[in-house]
Amino acid sequence: MPPTITAVNDFVVKFANVNGSGSASANELFARSILRMGVPVSPRNIFPSNIQGLPTWYEVRVTEKGYLGRRGGVDLMVAMNPQTWAQDVKEIEPGGYLFYDSTKPLPSSAFREDVNVIGVPLTAICNATYTDARQRQLFKNIIYVGALSVLLDIDAKEIERLFGEQYKGKEKLLDSNVKALNLGRDWATQHLDPGAVKLKVRRADNVGNRIFVEGNNAAALGAVYGGATVCAWYPITPSSSLAEAFANHCKRLRHDKGTGKAKYAIVQAEDELASIGMVIGAAWNGARAFTATSGPGISLMTEFIGLAYFAEVPAVIVNVQRGGPSTGMPTRTQQSDLLSCAYASNGDTKHVLLFPEDPKECFEFTAEALDLADRLQTPIFVMTDLDIGMNHRLCQPFQWDEKRAFDRGKVMTAEDLEAGKTFGRYLDVDGDGIPFRTYPGTHPTKGSFFTRGTTKDEYARYSEQGPVYVRNMERLQRKFATAAKIAPQPQRYSSPKATRYGVIYFGSTSPAMDEALDHLEADGNHVNALRVRSFPFSQVVEDFIHEHDRVFVIEQNRDGQLRSMLMNEFTLDARKLVPVLHYDGTPITARFIAADIAKKLGQLKVVPFDKAAS
Amino acid sequence: MTFIAKPRLHHPSLVKNKAGFTRRDYEGAVSTLCAGCGHDSISAAIIQACYELDILPHQVAKLSGIGCSSKAPTYFVGASHGFNTVHGRMPSVMTGANLANKNLIYMGVSGDGDSASIGLGQFAHIMRRGVNMTYIVMNNGVYGLTKGQFSATADKGSISKKGVANADASIDMVSMAILMGATFVGRSFSGDKHQLVPLIKAAMAHKGAAFLDVISPCVAFNNHAGSTKSYEYVREHNEALNRLDFIEGREEITADYAPGTATTVRQHDGSILRLRKLGEEYDPSDKIAAMKRVQEGLASGEVVTGLLYVDPSPVDLHANLNTVDAPLNTLQTGDLCPGPQALERINASLR
Ligand SMILES: Cc1ncc(C[n+]2csc(CCOP(=O)(O)OP(=O)(O)O)c2C)c(N)n1
Ligand code: SF4
Ligand SMILES: [Mg+2]
Repeated sequence: MPPTITAVNDFVVKFANVNGSGSASANELFARSILRMGVPVSPRNIFPSNIQGLPTWYEVRVTEKGYLGRRGGVDLMVAMNPQTWAQDVKEIEPGGYLFYDSTKPLPSSAFREDVNVIGVPLTAICNATYTDARQRQLFKNIIYVGALSVLLDIDAKEIERLFGEQYKGKEKLLDSNVKALNLGRDWATQHLDPGAVKLKVRRADNVGNRIFVEGNNAAALGAVYGGATVCAWYPITPSSSLAEAFANHCKRLRHDKGTGKAKYAIVQAEDELASIGMVIGAAWNGARAFTATSGPGISLMTEFIGLAYFAEVPAVIVNVQRGGPSTGMPTRTQQSDLLSCAYASNGDTKHVLLFPEDPKECFEFTAEALDLADRLQTPIFVMTDLDIGMNHRLCQPFQWDEKRAFDRGKVMTAEDLEAGKTFGRYLDVDGDGIPFRTYPGTHPTKGSFFTRGTTKDEYARYSEQGPVYVRNMERLQRKFATAAKIAPQPQRYSSPKATRYGVIYFGSTSPAMDEALDHLEADGNHVNALRVRSFPFSQVVEDFIHEHDRVFVIEQNRDGQLRSMLMNEFTLDARKLVPVLHYDGTPITARFIAADIAKKLGQLKVVPFDKAAS
Repeated sequence: MTFIAKPRLHHPSLVKNKAGFTRRDYEGAVSTLCAGCGHDSISAAIIQACYELDILPHQVAKLSGIGCSSKAPTYFVGASHGFNTVHGRMPSVMTGANLANKNLIYMGVSGDGDSASIGLGQFAHIMRRGVNMTYIVMNNGVYGLTKGQFSATADKGSISKKGVANADASIDMVSMAILMGATFVGRSFSGDKHQLVPLIKAAMAHKGAAFLDVISPCVAFNNHAGSTKSYEYVREHNEALNRLDFIEGREEITADYAPGTATTVRQHDGSILRLRKLGEEYDPSDKIAAMKRVQEGLASGEVVTGLLYVDPSPVDLHANLNTVDAPLNTLQTGDLCPGPQALERINASLR
C-alpha cells in the first residue's frame, strides 16, 4: 500500500454518474460549497452525446493556489456508475480514495490494493427513507454530498445556505434537501472514521470577489451589453446554451417597461445557413446581430461568410468549438476550427477571430465583437470552446464603463447625405480600408446602393474589370491590417530570467498555461509567454517570435492550426515554431504542457540551435 | 455585362403620384436580360404597382438570390437599397432584414431554381414564419443564368430545348406556399399585366407573408414546343379564377359590380380586394378549397391563376415575437445596454 494521499485544498474529486440521474445539481452543489469556503475550485463536465442512461463525469479540482486548468489524475473517485466502475477505479491515483455505494457487497477483485475504500450504503439509506422511486434517485445524490462533506470537512452551513438561495420561497423543497443532506452527514459521522479521507477543505480567502460562471452565459450577456437585437441560431452542442442564455438575459433586461414589448428578436432558424443569413440580413439593415454555433455549423455557413466578407456586411459568430472533424467528438473540447474560420469561404477570404481565455473575456469579446463588426463591416468570430463555454469557471467580475456607447462605425446619415458628403459605398476615404455605408431607407434620393457578392467599383456599381477587382481586394487587405491594430492585443508574460525560448498560446489553454509556466520556472526552464487574443496577428506577435530562438506553440488540435496561421501570415523559419499539441478531447493540462516543453527543451539543449537550424 | 445608367431626363408630361413621384422614379438601371424575357415584364409590373401605391421609393428594400430573375431588383426602384444575396438563401437574409426594421417594405425576388431547387428549404421557412413581405418567384421552369437546365418547377414530361423529357415530378410553388402557411398566395403570368399589377399591389399591402408565383417564359431556353412554361402554352392553358381590383382603404369605391359577380375581402391595413368572378364560384379565403382547386388545376394541366388564397388578418413574425414598435435598428445604447449597476447585480448573483 503506497502512502495515503494527504492534501489540504489541493486535490481532485471525480464523480462518475449516469446521465439524467439528477447528479449534476448535487455535484455542482459540492463544488460551490467549497468555493463558499474561500477555496477556488475548477469543475468540468465530461458528458456523452446522449440524454439519458450513458455515463457522465464531473471533475472538481480543489485548488487553493487558484490553478483553474484541468490537473489530470483523480484523488477521490465517487463511483456511482456500475457501468464504468472498472475504468473509474483504474483512474484513481495510487494512495487515493474510492467512495462507493456499499448497499450490495462487491467481491474484493472489484477494488484495488493501493486505493482506500469508503463504502456508504446509499441505496439502503434511501430505500429506508423514501418510497417514491424518483425521490430515491434524486436524494441519493444529496446524501453522498452530505457524507462527503463530513469526510472532507466541508462546512454544512455553507451547503444549507446554498439550498436556502436555491429554494427561496419553496420551503418544502428546502426542508427535504436539508433532510437528505443530514441523512448522509449523520450516517458518515456515526459509521466512518473522520480520518478515513485525508483530503481536507480548509477555509481560506482566495476567491475574493471573483464570479463563477459558464462562458456561454457570459458571452450571451456580452451580446446583451453589446447591443445585439437579433439572434438567429440553430441548436448544436456546445453552443445551444449560449442562445438560451441570451433569451433568459433578454427576458429580464430587454423588455420595455411600459409596454412589456421585446427590444430583441430571437429566431431559431431551420439550419445554420439560415441563421447566418438572418444575421447578415439584420446587420445589413442596421441592427446588431449574432449567431452561436459550433464546427459543423461553421461548415454550413461558409458561402454566406464569404458574401459578408466581400459585400462588407457585419456579422458576429460565436463558435463554441468542439472536437471535429464532422460530428467528431460533439461533447468534447478542442481548438480545431481556427483554419476553417480564419479563411472560411471560397476565394481570397480572411476573417477576424477573437480568442477569449475565460468567461470574463467571453463577455468582453462578444460585446467588443459587435463593435468591431460594425467598425470593420465584416464577420467577427468569437472563438470559445466547450471547456470555457459549458463549465463554470471562476473569473474576475464583469465590468462595464458607464460612458461606453456602441461604436457603429462609418455610417452615413440622412443629414450627411443632405449636406452633400460624397458617398461611395466601397470608397476608402481615409486610408484605413473601411468605407462608409448607409442603412436602407436612409434618404429619399441619396445613398442607396446595391449590395452583392459580385465585383463592384467604389460606388457599388457592378463591374467585371480586372483593375476594379484588384483595387477592391487590395482595399480589403488594408482593412484587414486595420483590424490587426484595433482587435484585442496580445498579452506578454516575461520570465524573471532572460531566455531564448518563448511560448505562444491562446483561448482556453490559458489556465493550464499559467500553471505550466510556474512548473517550468520552478524547474529552471525559463520561457517567455505570449497569449494571442486575436487574428489578424498584431505586430507584437511577430516581434515576439523574432526575439526568441524557439517558440513553442501550444494548441488543442492535431494540425497545429495557429502555427500554420503564423507561418502563413509572417515570413518565418518553420523550425522556429515548435508545436505542442493536445487534442484527445479532454482539456489540456499543465502537466502535459510542462512535460512536453521540458522534453523538447532537453532535446534542443543537446543540439545547439545554430547547428540544429543549419 | 456592364452597368448602364439610365438617362434621368424627366418628360414633363410624366404624371406625379400622390407621393410626388413619376413612374420613372420607380425605375432602375436598364435591364441586361434577353429581349423578351418574362422577367422584364414582371419588373415593369412591380414599377407600376409601386407607382400606383404612392410608395416612397427609398422605403422599399429589395432582396434576391442568384439567377437572371434575381438580377431583376437592379431594374426597378433604383432609389432603394437592394441585396443580391447567395443562391437560394434570400429568404433568410430577408427575414433578418425584416427583423431589423419592421417599417420598410420588403420585396423579395427569386427564380424557380433559386426558390424551388436549391432554396426550397428557406422558401418553406420564410412562409411558415409569416415574414411581412412580398415574395415573387419569376418562374420559367429552367435555370436561365446557367443556360437552360431544368429546374424543380419543370413539369414532368415537359421537353427541354435539347429535346430531353423531364422525368421528375415538379414542385408547385403555390401549393408549397399555401401549405407552408403563407397568408396571401397568387399566381399570374408575366404576359398579363392587368392581372399581375393589382396582385402585386394587394400583396404589398398585405401585412404578412405574400407570395406570387409568376410564370415568366425564358425566351432563350424554354419557349419552344413541348415546354409548359412557354408564352404560347401559358396563354392557351391560363385558367384565371378571378380578376382582382385593388382598392386602397383611403380611396373611394367607384366601380360598380353587378350583384353576385364580385367578392370583397378587406385586408387588415384597410385595403379592399374586389375579386371579380370569372365563371366558377371561388372563395379565396377558404384554404382547403384553395388547395383542392390548385390540385385540380395541376391534374388537368391548367395554369390556375388569380388570387388563390388570402387570410385577411395575418399575424406576422414581429407580432409573434412581440417586438417594440420602434424598428430594432433605431434602438441606441441607452435602450439596449443595461449598464454597470445591473451588471453589479448580475455579478453578485454569480458568487
Ligand atoms: C451555390 C451556387 N451553386 C450554383 C450556382 C450557379 N447558378 C447561378 S444561377 C443558377 C440557377 C438560377 O435559376 P433560377 O433561379 O430559376 O433563375 P433564372 O435564371 O431562371 O431566372 C445557378 C444554378 C450559384 N450561383 N451558386
Ligand atoms: S436566359 Fe432566359 S431567364 Fe435569362 S434573361 Fe434570357 S430569357 Fe430571361
Ligand atoms: Mg428559372
